[in-house]
Amino acid sequence: MFEFIHVLQSQAFMQNAVIVGLLASVACGVMGTYVVTRRIVFISGGISHTVLGGMGAAYYYGFNPIHGAFVLAIISALLIGFVSLRYHQHEDTLIGALWAVGMAVGILFIYKTPGYNVDLMSYLFGNILMVKRESMLFVACLDLVIILLVIVFYKRFLAVCFDEEYTRLQGVSVESTYLLLLCLVAVTVVMLIQVVGIILVIALLTLPAATARYFASSLGKMMILASLFGAVFTTSGLVISYKQDLPSGATIIVVAGLAYIMATALKGLISRFRSYDKK
Amino acid sequence: MTMNKAVVEIRNVDFAYDDILVLKDITLTIEEGNFLGIVGPNGSGKTTLLKLILGLIHPLRGSVRVFGQAPERARHSIGYVPQHAEIDSSFPISVMDVVLIGRLGKAPLIGRYRKIDREMAEEALKEVEIYEFRDHRFGTLSGGQKQRVLMARALVGKPEMLLLDEPTVSIDGRVEQDIYELLKRLNEKATIILVSHDLGFISTYVNRVACVNRSLVCNPTEHVTSDVIEACYGGPVHMIKHKCEL
Repeated sequence: MFEFIHVLQSQAFMQNAVIVGLLASVACGVMGTYVVTRRIVFISGGISHTVLGGMGAAYYYGFNPIHGAFVLAIISALLIGFVSLRYHQHEDTLIGALWAVGMAVGILFIYKTPGYNVDLMSYLFGNILMVKRESMLFVACLDLVIILLVIVFYKRFLAVCFDEEYTRLQGVSVESTYLLLLCLVAVTVVMLIQVVGIILVIALLTLPAATARYFASSLGKMMILASLFGAVFTTSGLVISYKQDLPSGATIIVVAGLAYIMATALKGLISRFRSYDKK
Repeated sequence: MTMNKAVVEIRNVDFAYDDILVLKDITLTIEEGNFLGIVGPNGSGKTTLLKLILGLIHPLRGSVRVFGQAPERARHSIGYVPQHAEIDSSFPISVMDVVLIGRLGKAPLIGRYRKIDREMAEEALKEVEIYEFRDHRFGTLSGGQKQRVLMARALVGKPEMLLLDEPTVSIDGRVEQDIYELLKRLNEKATIILVSHDLGFISTYVNRVACVNRSLVCNPTEHVTSDVIEACYGGPVHMIKHKCEL
């Protein structure tokens, strides 16, 4: 632990990693809460995998891959959202197709890019130790945008997630609210890809929120708690991966998964005791 | 019997999900102040009929008018109470926040609910006698309590008509009776349409019954006899012995 603090004090890469991890936790807690309660985990998975196509294309044409990811994440969120609202029965087919085709396109672009392709693995599994100062600013700005929009549209997002049909009966545009929500999920996915990579992003988006749900009585409390859990998981994952010389993304996810399993067991025990009390 | 103003006019309506005809040639007029029970076996199209009145779905053929308008335009005058079992009870939301959703269309587009919205929600919670649970998490309530919360959400918009979908499903008998007493009281101010698969109990409260099984089997202006009910359910139904007062 002291060793880690020493590295944290002396090494810029570790400072960046911890700060980006903490910043990403905020978005992951806030948007993860919506993903878990609205049950759009599969949609989020679709967005995150499709994004490789954008990263590959940006890489091939010499742009920053994260910018490519950003553009494709928004496009796929709007496309999936539109199909999910209009042709609900085809939703999972479309997500499955985008998921695989997006990844295939990305791999083709990366394959055709001249030079040694060291980046593919870090796209897929993340490499938080490689994040640069400027992406820290990017993540901070996205956090700000997400928090502002969630405060402004809090009651609408809550209504759409809790009871879409009733919200529609209130004369509120469910479509635009839902699409905005999906775009914010897409932005969060791009942010988290830098921490744990495309394949693991879905776990970081859902596990802190799913753990928080056991202890929260309102959506707002669940967001705060999920952000705290996210911060604990990423930071402790980083510490462990550094100590044991393990890949950071995978370590973070295993920590989050173990915490979720323990919380589930704890919750089960508590409710069992409560039902004994009642008897 | 004096002729009251017609609040819902359904004329020759057909409705199909994909290629399966769910409702066939339905014609039904509901007058102001009615307490109408729509009964029929499972999958007979009762809920579909409610959704047509709400304008959530549109008929394949025929017309639906609510308060003389297209259903979408009349929504602000309708309070809808869906089946509580269809609502996710693991969702972290307080009773108060559930009821406030009933004010969403009237509250400002952005930011928080106003004081007036909260006051109206509190008033609705008191009306259905569930005010003391306002800070509880919705999912922790019993079936009967959830039903009352959903009724408060429907009442908070001051509706002229209430639509309820199986309000007493998975609720025990005594609570069921309480809910019907409450509805009877609400009927003094609003027209009520109630869907149920169980005619036995509701027939003591409603003043008209419509039996749906794809088509409208019994004309709701006639006496509902056990023969008509049998025709609707397609066989003898020993539970249904009540004769409906019309």
